[in-house]
Amino acid sequence: MPSLKELSKKKELLSGGQRLCAGCGASIIVRQILMAAEDPLVISCATGCLEVATTIYPFSAWRIPFIHCAFENSASTLSGAEAAYRSLKRQGKIDRTIKFIAFGGDGGTYDIGLQALSGVLERGHNLLYVCYDNGAYMNTGIQRSSATPQGAATTTSPVGKAIPEGKQRPRKDLTQIVVAHDSPYVAQANPAYYNDLIKKVQKALNTEGPTFINILSPCPRGWRYESSQSIQIAKLATLTGFWPLYEVENGKYRITYRPKKRRPFREWLESQGRFKHLLSEKNKGIVERLEREVEEKENKLLALAGETPSSA
Amino acid sequence: MGKIVGLTGDETAAEAMRQINPDVLAAYPITPQTEIVQNFSQFVANGVVSTEMIRVESEHSAMSACIGAAASGARAMTATSANGLALMWEICYIAASYRLPIVMPLVNRALSGPINIHCDHSDSMGARDSGWIQLYSENCQEIYDNLIQAIRIAEDKEVLLPVMVTLDGFIISHAMERVEILEDEKVTEFIGEYKNPYSLLDVDNPVTWGPLDLYDYYFEHKRQQIEAIEKAGEVIQRVGKEFKEISGRSYELMENYRLEGADLVIVAAGSTAGTVKAVVNQLREEGVKAGLLKIRAFRPFPVREVSQALKNAKAVAILDRSVSFGAEGGPIFLEIRSALFEEAKRVPVVNYIYGLGGRDIGIDEIKAVYKNLERIAQTKKIEKLVGYLGLRE
Repeated sequence: MPSLKELSKKKELLSGGQRLCAGCGASIIVRQILMAAEDPLVISCATGCLEVATTIYPFSAWRIPFIHCAFENSASTLSGAEAAYRSLKRQGKIDRTIKFIAFGGDGGTYDIGLQALSGVLERGHNLLYVCYDNGAYMNTGIQRSSATPQGAATTTSPVGKAIPEGKQRPRKDLTQIVVAHDSPYVAQANPAYYNDLIKKVQKALNTEGPTFINILSPCPRGWRYESSQSIQIAKLATLTGFWPLYEVENGKYRITYRPKKRRPFREWLESQGRFKHLLSEKNKGIVERLEREVEEKENKLLALAGETPSSA
Repeated sequence: MGKIVGLTGDETAAEAMRQINPDVLAAYPITPQTEIVQNFSQFVANGVVSTEMIRVESEHSAMSACIGAAASGARAMTATSANGLALMWEICYIAASYRLPIVMPLVNRALSGPINIHCDHSDSMGARDSGWIQLYSENCQEIYDNLIQAIRIAEDKEVLLPVMVTLDGFIISHAMERVEILEDEKVTEFIGEYKNPYSLLDVDNPVTWGPLDLYDYYFEHKRQQIEAIEKAGEVIQRVGKEFKEISGRSYELMENYRLEGADLVIVAAGSTAGTVKAVVNQLREEGVKAGLLKIRAFRPFPVREVSQALKNAKAVAILDRSVSFGAEGGPIFLEIRSALFEEAKRVPVVNYIYGLGGRDIGIDEIKAVYKNLERIAQTKKIEKLVGYLGLRE
């Protein structure tokens, strides 16, 4: 694999001047992915921040073929393009090698687009689906999704006298749902660990069949932190065990980065305004429960990967 | 030479689709469309088409996949009915606004609820403002002919719009009729090749499909879409003439059936037009000046042609197989009454809602309509503007 220094010399395929917020994880993720790809790409994108901020007519930040259709169908729209490619190739009407990547946020993937994603995985289309997971409907103004972590305050899971903890339900584990589809390559990545992310993208694109990468996407507006801190906070997500980095290749689990010693989960909560209310004395019990859950999840994952449990 | 075969409506649609041989077909089964998908799956299994068939998990994904495929330069088709069309509703609008020439047989079925699998036009009539061209078919032959012409209409450079070809659920979809099938090569030659100049797969000339289009451009884009569907009227007629050259069967925007000197005219779409023709023939023999105006293109609606055809009638009844709840009359009635507004002489028009949820309509009901038209023509009085046929009251 070429070094990041070499890769950074490649022409940027997502131009500057697009209108995502400063510190937005989505554009950092997309640029890392486009850097990683070796073949020409066709992109689809669900309605959401990434789409609206990069394609305001008559402008487009995409220097590669791009289609946006609607919110819940990034996967199915791209499955049509990929089927067209296979059909035209078989008929000898096209000879290039093209790879396909669908993007969707967590709202467009965990929630409204889950069925379309499941269909694509089951049908075995040769494409990579990337979920940039910022843990809420950020484009419409920070509403809770099924990816919102338990305890986070959003505009539809606000903190109040009757509900002091914000979101009451734990998040859905989408990565595991995709693993259950027996996809040949499934991974979780984090833009703070760019080498790891790039490697995973290259692996996915070189795997035949439907592949999936769930990527944590820090959001200064929704998570309530200084926009200069995005990468630090993303890093903390992995260091505290909230966002473990792993891959599942043909059913085989591998932890791709394991911190020597996991940092206290509390640091993750303290880093963002959306969890501020959890730090009060009355929510102590909730924090303890969340800490326990992170540890349990981590140990479960370690066991799946055949590694020794955490002693933290 | 082509061949003459006995086929059901669904089989006919599948046979036309075999000859069209789309690059991609994305479909989901729903009664009464199911046989189309089943038959086509068999063609794929037998290797007689080069189609990449996507057995999607919903109609929403079917239309989404068609959009992805058509934007990639592939000829893309699907087929559906009622609730399936409703589920793809959102994406139907997008297909039209992206100017993608997707062709779809729609087997008309009542749109729930309560659930009902039989024919009415509530599904296609509900989608009349989605930007799709709509061609209604009277019988199996017309399904075949309309589908083949639809490819040319949809892909015409001045049109570039999706087309739905409707056929009445069960009444036509599951009834066997005599159908003339053209030679495969003739169809291949007639439809030509689909080329999308802005293909997603043209990686050297990247394009962005479906950007965010706000108040500064959206309205102009809608205007272009309006012009395209207006233009489609001429193209439908031109393609109809060219189709006659290979088939001997000619097609217009609508069919004037014994309208010369007709005083009493019924307007209908779909299989009922065939029943009306039988009644017209009987009445003509009895000396009654009865005629039929059959709607083929409902979108674009042939306003001038319709008013030209009806302006000399003494009384007109419009049969609607769907309801526009809260409006005074069904969708076809509203269009025609509006079209006749510009005529100097006022033509009395009445509306009948009929056949909802597959309720049968027969010769007797249609005769009763002509009887009422006779009364209106004599008395110049309309007693009831909107009535019902075959309804227990």
